[in-house]
Amino acid sequence: MNFFLISLIKTGIVAGAFMTTLAYLQWIERKVLAHIQSRLGPYRVGPHGLLQPLADVLKLTTKEGFVPSHVNVFFYVLAPFLAVLFALISICVIPFGPSVEILGVKTDLGLADLNIGVLFVLAISSVGVYGIALGGWASNNKYSLMGGLRSSAQMISYELPMAIALVSPLLLLNDLSLRTIVNEQAGYYLGVIPKWSILQMPFPQVFSFLIFLISAFAETNRVPFDLPEAENELVAGFHTEYSSLNFAAFFMAEYANMVTVTCMATVLFLGGWHPLWPAEYGSDYAPFALLAAGSAMLLFHGIVQPVRGRKWDRYSMPVAGLVFGALSLLFLLPALKPVLVPVFWFVAKAGVLLFLFIWIRGTLPRFRYDQLMNFTWKFLFPVAIVNLLITALAVALQGPKG
Amino acid sequence: MDLIFFLLFASIAVGCGISLVVQKHPIASALSLIGVMGSLAVLYLLLGAEFIAAVQLIVYAGAIMVLFVFVIMLLNAAEEAPSRKTNWPSRLLGVPLLAVFVALLAYLFDKMSPSLGTVTFGAFTTGGKQIGRSLFNNYLLPFEVTSVLVLIAILGAIVLARKEID
Repeated sequence: MNFFLISLIKTGIVAGAFMTTLAYLQWIERKVLAHIQSRLGPYRVGPHGLLQPLADVLKLTTKEGFVPSHVNVFFYVLAPFLAVLFALISICVIPFGPSVEILGVKTDLGLADLNIGVLFVLAISSVGVYGIALGGWASNNKYSLMGGLRSSAQMISYELPMAIALVSPLLLLNDLSLRTIVNEQAGYYLGVIPKWSILQMPFPQVFSFLIFLISAFAETNRVPFDLPEAENELVAGFHTEYSSLNFAAFFMAEYANMVTVTCMATVLFLGGWHPLWPAEYGSDYAPFALLAAGSAMLLFHGIVQPVRGRKWDRYSMPVAGLVFGALSLLFLLPALKPVLVPVFWFVAKAGVLLFLFIWIRGTLPRFRYDQLMNFTWKFLFPVAIVNLLITALAVALQGPKG
Repeated sequence: MDLIFFLLFASIAVGCGISLVVQKHPIASALSLIGVMGSLAVLYLLLGAEFIAAVQLIVYAGAIMVLFVFVIMLLNAAEEAPSRKTNWPSRLLGVPLLAVFVALLAYLFDKMSPSLGTVTFGAFTTGGKQIGRSLFNNYLLPFEVTSVLVLIAILGAIVLARKEID
């Protein structure tokens, strides 16, 4: 089949899935945060608030796009575009699964395989700061300006430990292409311990994984590093003056950055689509078992033992249970199995990391500004360099690979 | 296809370069410079030098220009006021000198172009590995000397920026 046609189809699928993920990530975040704080979270729109993202999108698009009179209009309008562009573009080099054959067509699961994939993501994330910085500056508001300045200072500072933490697994895996990086992490030690670079000999990259995660929190402006939008100091930070779709663009950019960063962590440290334990011990059936268990639980609580006081659960829970059951059966189809199982493992790992992001938001307070800067320059950066040196030494002592 | 992209991004680069000089506002100038860097990176990419393109974007657009924009925003530099005094000598001499300069450039290029040869699209197939190898084998001494130079520059910056402690 035509290369362009395949690429077009893949782009459509990835874009659709990505956008849905962004919308529902927000629902998940609100739900998880609510349950951490002993609340219920969104509950009104649709069963268990499932249509809340749709309502939010409708609300934001139908609001008036208000441009304040005192702003620099060109940059004010440009900033959210830049933010969302740089946030969305990185997803195109992430490999979601191995090369597979679907309906007789051989293709890679993933949009593009650049042989400098890692550098591409770094480059895009390093120019991503312009959206926020410009938005803060163009708003002509002291709080926005402070937010924008904080954000650019923070992103410059945390990019260093992040880039250095990225280099150590690259030394182990010996390539810059993200697909080759994942392929290098295939296999198991002693038949059970996965060869992911977080566990790979000669020097497991646990420290650089932690450094990468911490820097990722700062790069995406998430709690505990969300000083650019610290509401008790800066009203709403860099997007104080934004409304309607412009505000939605900033909001979407933040979540898109989160997804990209977790995908990068999955690819570089957690072995991409390689399962947690080998296929001989039935890792291919894990998605089926997980979804079937979910389906059974939903059916049980919907039909046999409904929670008192939630009368709609009697109808919505069995429907959700049936959907989950159908999904679990999809993972058993021999035609779809080679596609869905690797993607499941990839999504599962990225999803765990995303949950970690939300969990930490519900747990930790915000840093003070001087603590933030001291932490990266006096602790994170030296530790990353020492880790890099030790990795380089270990790799050099081991000698060239096979 | 390649030629179309080349023409597109070359004209964007030139346009951004002109706008860099013409713009009155420092932020607009800085952004035009970023546009120049970005379109240069695309031109590298068209030649097949992906590594150089990525490094161009990371170092120039991602690090140096962020610092520029940061400083401009921090100092809150406003639009330049146009100077009242008209500088007659520069106005009179500027146009003829520019014409001479362009003519000289055209002449030199015309003389040199056959001997230099032309570069085709996708001519460089070297990836990160080859660049690293040639840096650490053939050009080890220049590389090390440059790194010492950078270190000296960093030390100089620290000495200059340091506050005197009594």
